[in-house]
Amino acid sequence: MIPEIGQFVLLLALLVAGVQSFIPLLGASQKNSALMKTGSSMAIAQFFLILIAFFALTYAFVVSDFSVYLVFKNSHSLKPMLYKISGVWGNHEGSMLLWALILAIFGAAVAVFANGLPSTLKARVISVQAMIGFCFLTFIVFTSNPFDRLDPPPLNGLGLNPILQDPGLAFHPPLLYLGYVGFSVAFSFAIAGLLEEQIDGSWGKWVRPWVISAWTSLTAGIVLGSWWAYYELGWGGWWFWDPVENASFMPWLFGTALLHSVIVVEKRNTLKIWTLLLAILTFFLCLLGTFLVRSGVLTSVHAFASDPERGIFILMILILAVGGALILFALKAPRITSSVSFSFFSRESAIILNNLILTFSSITVLLGTLYPLILESITGGTNSVSVGPPYFNLTFVPIMIPLLIAISFGPLLAWKHNNLAVIANKLKIALISAAVAAIITYIIVPDGPILAPIAIGLAIWIAVGSLTEWAMKTKLFDKPFNITNLKFSYFIRAISGMTFAHLGLSILIIGITGSSAWQTEFITSLYLGESKQFKEHKITLEKVEYFSGPNYEVERAHLLITKPNGETLKFMPERRFFPVSGQTTTEASIKTTLLVDLYAVLGESKVHQKSEKKWTLRFFINPLIPWIWFGAVLMVCGGLLSLANPSHWTVNLYASRKKRSPAKISEPTKMDI
Amino acid sequence: MTRFLLSLPIFFFVVLIGILVLLTLETKEGRDPSIVPSALIGKKAPKIDLPAISDNIPGGFNREDLLGRVTVVNVFASWCAPCLIEHKQIEQLTKNGIPVYAINHHDKVTDVSLWLKKNGNPYEAIGFDPDGRASIEWGVSGVPETYIINAKGFITYKQSGPITKSVLKKKILPELEKAKK
Repeated sequence: MIPEIGQFVLLLALLVAGVQSFIPLLGASQKNSALMKTGSSMAIAQFFLILIAFFALTYAFVVSDFSVYLVFKNSHSLKPMLYKISGVWGNHEGSMLLWALILAIFGAAVAVFANGLPSTLKARVISVQAMIGFCFLTFIVFTSNPFDRLDPPPLNGLGLNPILQDPGLAFHPPLLYLGYVGFSVAFSFAIAGLLEEQIDGSWGKWVRPWVISAWTSLTAGIVLGSWWAYYELGWGGWWFWDPVENASFMPWLFGTALLHSVIVVEKRNTLKIWTLLLAILTFFLCLLGTFLVRSGVLTSVHAFASDPERGIFILMILILAVGGALILFALKAPRITSSVSFSFFSRESAIILNNLILTFSSITVLLGTLYPLILESITGGTNSVSVGPPYFNLTFVPIMIPLLIAISFGPLLAWKHNNLAVIANKLKIALISAAVAAIITYIIVPDGPILAPIAIGLAIWIAVGSLTEWAMKTKLFDKPFNITNLKFSYFIRAISGMTFAHLGLSILIIGITGSSAWQTEFITSLYLGESKQFKEHKITLEKVEYFSGPNYEVERAHLLITKPNGETLKFMPERRFFPVSGQTTTEASIKTTLLVDLYAVLGESKVHQKSEKKWTLRFFINPLIPWIWFGAVLMVCGGLLSLANPSHWTVNLYASRKKRSPAKISEPTKMDI
Repeated sequence: MTRFLLSLPIFFFVVLIGILVLLTLETKEGRDPSIVPSALIGKKAPKIDLPAISDNIPGGFNREDLLGRVTVVNVFASWCAPCLIEHKQIEQLTKNGIPVYAINHHDKVTDVSLWLKKNGNPYEAIGFDPDGRASIEWGVSGVPETYIINAKGFITYKQSGPITKSVLKKKILPELEKAKK
């Protein structure tokens, strides 16, 4: 019964989304406020309907209702409750439902929270949001129905892919979708703005919190996935330039560019056309990511639920949404003008540089990801190549370096015009610290790659640069130093989301550098009780035990690692065998000192020389990996801090009305890209 | 000019989507992105000279044995489960008059003898390759794997993975016809 309710409300939601796609739009073009107002109530209704459908599916998973085909295929009665619930989105159909739910959440959020918006803009945003929702709901209802029944119901299910049975991965997809789908709001705002032919500072102000929230979620989602790959896959790394990872990274890069360019629109009322294009393309990359993961055109360690039929459908959504948006953009963008000028040394220019580098680097990632496909389609399948980390390290990394240099200048530069000499003077300390850090790094690790000390220097440059900006904002050095003048709360309040995010980036770079330049790996096989020496560490295999987990069998090794100072550490890497699916997963054992991760993975055992068993072991020394997670958490905190800033949410109606004067719709006089 | 610039994104979008549509359709038709085509296709078959498994199993062959007519070289092992799946199709090939040579990959004499006794031996000759030497020469990436070799001794096609009924019908038989020309 419950699944039928789910099915029914899903159809209702489709219907509501269909009506919501055009009625408010019609209202906006006829200036009919009654029609426009229906948008908000429909957005809220659509949200509740999809929420009920989502709960119905969750219920089917929780009570293990195997008469629902999806539950049968992806769940098992012995599975722990957490994974019964995360199983809802651990498959194609359920994750599409989650996607539609998040779309509706954002639609309803616009309806409820965006009260300061002009009614026409709001109505159009809500309609565009509903169009996207309508596409996805059609997709779900007609090709990926999560409520399909199975008759007769089987006694038990097939179980969830064991690799997905992990707390990190339980929350990775929802966060990632929150990011992907969050950018749909920026997209809707861009389309609505194009339809209104009116983009100005207040448009930038309204769209900004949505961009920040999408960016924050996407950052958190990517990092969670990366963290999961680090401890679950047992490969000792955390980023593999895998197509699916790239699929989430490209929208992140574009989203980061958008995050910055929207500020220019808000504060300076310029860079508008470029920002519109960025908003469209960011969402395009989100959809492209979804397509790549699900269509099966690429192989990847992460690709799941791939099916070319669905690929075609996602492509159709892509063509409709993005193709339509780009045509609208080509038609309407020439009418959007701005006449603000700025000099070469200004914050505007710094943000343009930021945007160019971020989009360019994202395009190199896109090229690397799609090159095998493009080559294959040109040569007709006779030429198959794969593009791996060497390409990305050679292209992506050098492109990012100028950005990392510019990042300390940007926030110090004033809008409109600034003197480079003044800024350079302010950044003296940052430059000196960076140089010192690079030299010290080189002295400590002279035999590593030469890029490593440079990267550490850049990280310090960014960190000190952001602190300089903060110090200047608090006027820390303007007065003679006096301890009684220092008010704690005053300094805390001056820390902006940006300071956090930039500091986080700096720490992230240190972590990336450490783990990619100075990682060491040791593969060996040991008998019980045997010891081997790896650099200054002695590794002993003490014992191997076997026991049962909730729905898996465990083979756990007890390793004793003796450090040079005589201190011993106990490692317990595991292999888990899931009888339901016949798959094996690894659980790496990680000991961290915040500076270095020691990372042990248990491999297969083999019988060697007359029944003595030998276990393969991989042991990694991963310097500075914890800094990656810490840096990323700081970046997310920066996003949250920005969101908590009330000035992003309150809209001064009077001021915004005044700014949106009809003079802006005048004939194009000056290009603004 | 500006109109042209602002229309450029559409152009790139259309090209990109076109490629993706094409590939998705091909994937639907059975393109498998995980298969990397062999670098050996169109080249002369690598040197091979393998002994027989034992005296009572026909075997031992070298490259010269493959000349003069279209042949198939199949890599198999007794421990490989998918090899059993394709066994019927190998028999089918033999019935069709195609000589199928085999490279017995990383196996033990007793195991493979028992396996052949149980499942039948459709092969023209089996070369015993316990240390996988020949497999390295031939660029074998996994078992089972199958090569089609034309009368002049050139590799014209490589199949990774088992020859199922549909693979036999859709891929192997048409490729054999092509190799005969």
